[in-house]
Amino acid sequence: MAKQIIKERRLQDDAWKVVTLVDGEAPFDVCLPVGPLLVPLAVWKAKKACLIHREYEHGTPLGIWLAPEDKVEDIAADIDDFTVIAVHFPKFADGRGYSTARLLRERYGYDGEVRAFGDIGRDQIFYLNRAGFDAFVLGEGKSAEDALAAFDDFPETYQAAADQPDPLFRRRVA
Amino acid sequence: MLRLAVPYGLLSAPQLRKFADIARRHDRGFGHFTTRHNLQLNWVQLPQVPEILAELAEHELHAIQTSGNCIRNVTTDHFAGVAADEIADPRPWAEILRQWSSFHPEFAYLPRKFKVAISGATEDRAAIQVHDLGLQVVRDPNGEIGFKVYAGGGLGRTPLLGQVVQEFLPWQHLLTYTEALIRVFNRYGRRDNAFKARIKILVKALGREEFARQVEAEWAHLKDGPATLTVAEVERVAAQFVAPAYETLAEDDLCHLAHLREDKAFSRWVERNVQAHKVAGYAAVTLSLKKPGAAPGDATSEQMEAAADLAERYSFGEIRVSHEQNLILADVPQRELYTVWHRAKAAGLASPTVGLIQDLIACPGGDFCALANARSLPIAAAIQERFEDLDYQHDIGELELNISGCMNSCGHHHLGAIGILGVDKNGQEWYQVTLGGRQGNDARIGEVIGRSFAAAELPDAVERLIGAYLAHRHADERFIDTFDRIGIEAFQSAAYTQTRPHPHQSRRVANG
Repeated sequence: MAKQIIKERRLQDDAWKVVTLVDGEAPFDVCLPVGPLLVPLAVWKAKKACLIHREYEHGTPLGIWLAPEDKVEDIAADIDDFTVIAVHFPKFADGRGYSTARLLRERYGYDGEVRAFGDIGRDQIFYLNRAGFDAFVLGEGKSAEDALAAFDDFPETYQAAADQPDPLFRRRVA
Repeated sequence: MLRLAVPYGLLSAPQLRKFADIARRHDRGFGHFTTRHNLQLNWVQLPQVPEILAELAEHELHAIQTSGNCIRNVTTDHFAGVAADEIADPRPWAEILRQWSSFHPEFAYLPRKFKVAISGATEDRAAIQVHDLGLQVVRDPNGEIGFKVYAGGGLGRTPLLGQVVQEFLPWQHLLTYTEALIRVFNRYGRRDNAFKARIKILVKALGREEFARQVEAEWAHLKDGPATLTVAEVERVAAQFVAPAYETLAEDDLCHLAHLREDKAFSRWVERNVQAHKVAGYAAVTLSLKKPGAAPGDATSEQMEAAADLAERYSFGEIRVSHEQNLILADVPQRELYTVWHRAKAAGLASPTVGLIQDLIACPGGDFCALANARSLPIAAAIQERFEDLDYQHDIGELELNISGCMNSCGHHHLGAIGILGVDKNGQEWYQVTLGGRQGNDARIGEVIGRSFAAAELPDAVERLIGAYLAHRHADERFIDTFDRIGIEAFQSAAYTQTRPHPHQSRRVANG
């Protein structure tokens, strides 16, 4: 069965593969399988020319994934090269990725897919969606049905975020 | 444990009655008011929680963001809006921050919890310097409101005072600056060790200037953006905190003065538990939740209902929770004080000891809390009993004694003139004593006096410390003033003289 992802508020098949470095593997040594790839930041830095070539010559869309500690600033200049920017949540309690997504959307104006993957589930979806994520690969054993219900947890929000540029107080009818 | 939020310590009478009702039906008939204004219920059954939350919601009460690594309840001065030394009412700002922080999409999974306190008066009664973010309302030479911003304060195992990162933040920028500051914390705060994850560790590691520079750099992107506050929004929120319909009263009520002259017990209560009010003829009353035999901050359902009744009849239906774990009636006419006192006494809410040794702060400790190394409540009770005599207490005068059952410091022991910390030594409860701590504008962390005491030794040790103060004090000096003048040594030598052999040794002798 194809891997599934939540996008546009429904489950869809997903063709993207996540490339990870095995312990001690040098980023330029990594073998790139065919098809659309999400590569780690280190691989992007080491094999930028090759990855761009794949995209231009073979039309293979290009994606990257960022670990919690990876700085958005490091890819700010390259943002237009990516069809997908994924952010990894090794533990749901590590919330650095929320800042990553907001910066991508609000500061750098990235309008491609921003995907959350890792230890995420129903309790995180509302926040992730507001922070600018629009695609979600749920953690092991997490219910997609539950997660889909979470988008509507709250009908209104106080703060400005990636999904809503104005805080509530600027939207109140006088 | 279910912790219910009391945003900036403010409750209506029906809300407090709801707490009483929940505590009676779903707990053991009492609740515990914390140093951060909230109410804890210690015996709630997990399956009943959804029902409890649904009932609370009908009264606009909730338990949102009362735990977890998120932005917690915003706390403030319990005399907000009525204090004579107020620069501006902090409550509208606390409410603006409450709204902004509720379900904040970026800050639900911070490295560690994040506590904000705000003071609008010249005297800080909200302990802002020991919060992750402390805001002091100030005015510039043109009378414009702004905030002096402290970051990185906190107690716990690494007690630190907040560092000033902004001398004057104009009010329009409150939310954009706060967002920048917490974003820096979210991105760069430590996540490898929960004990080093509070913002204070980041501020300390970077240094005040570098931390402030990083916040400033982040803020440059957010400043003047859509989250910049508007006059209209501030006015809209401030309209919810207008002064109640005060009567025009004389400065002094003649009947009240007569009661003061004739009833010593009443005048003693007024001296300690009644505070000046900015409106003539009114006063703020502290209903004490401290007395020997009861855990500090504990209120029974009946007491909560009595406080709600008093608020409705005499104080415009509003109650505040103070961070010293008492309840406050902020707007009582002077002429009603005598009646309020009688009724409060009948409800067990009139210990005339606010600011005295019996008004101590203590966390729930090992009796209730899974984190505690030692019990706090029996220690609190033993000290309260030792100093139960009111004349003795009044003679000792103002003294803050704070007890925490572990390094998490929920009892704010670092800020006590006498601080007591429960420690675990080979499975036994011991207590470390610190001296010279204080809250307020001149906030300071107490110094450890020496080796820890066994529980049985502690009341004697505290009495010897107080004896040293009484022996050395000059007229009108409080404990803390004498401590500042003569230093820690005189107290150290007093504390450790005539120490009885601790039970372990005596037992060994008896067995030997």
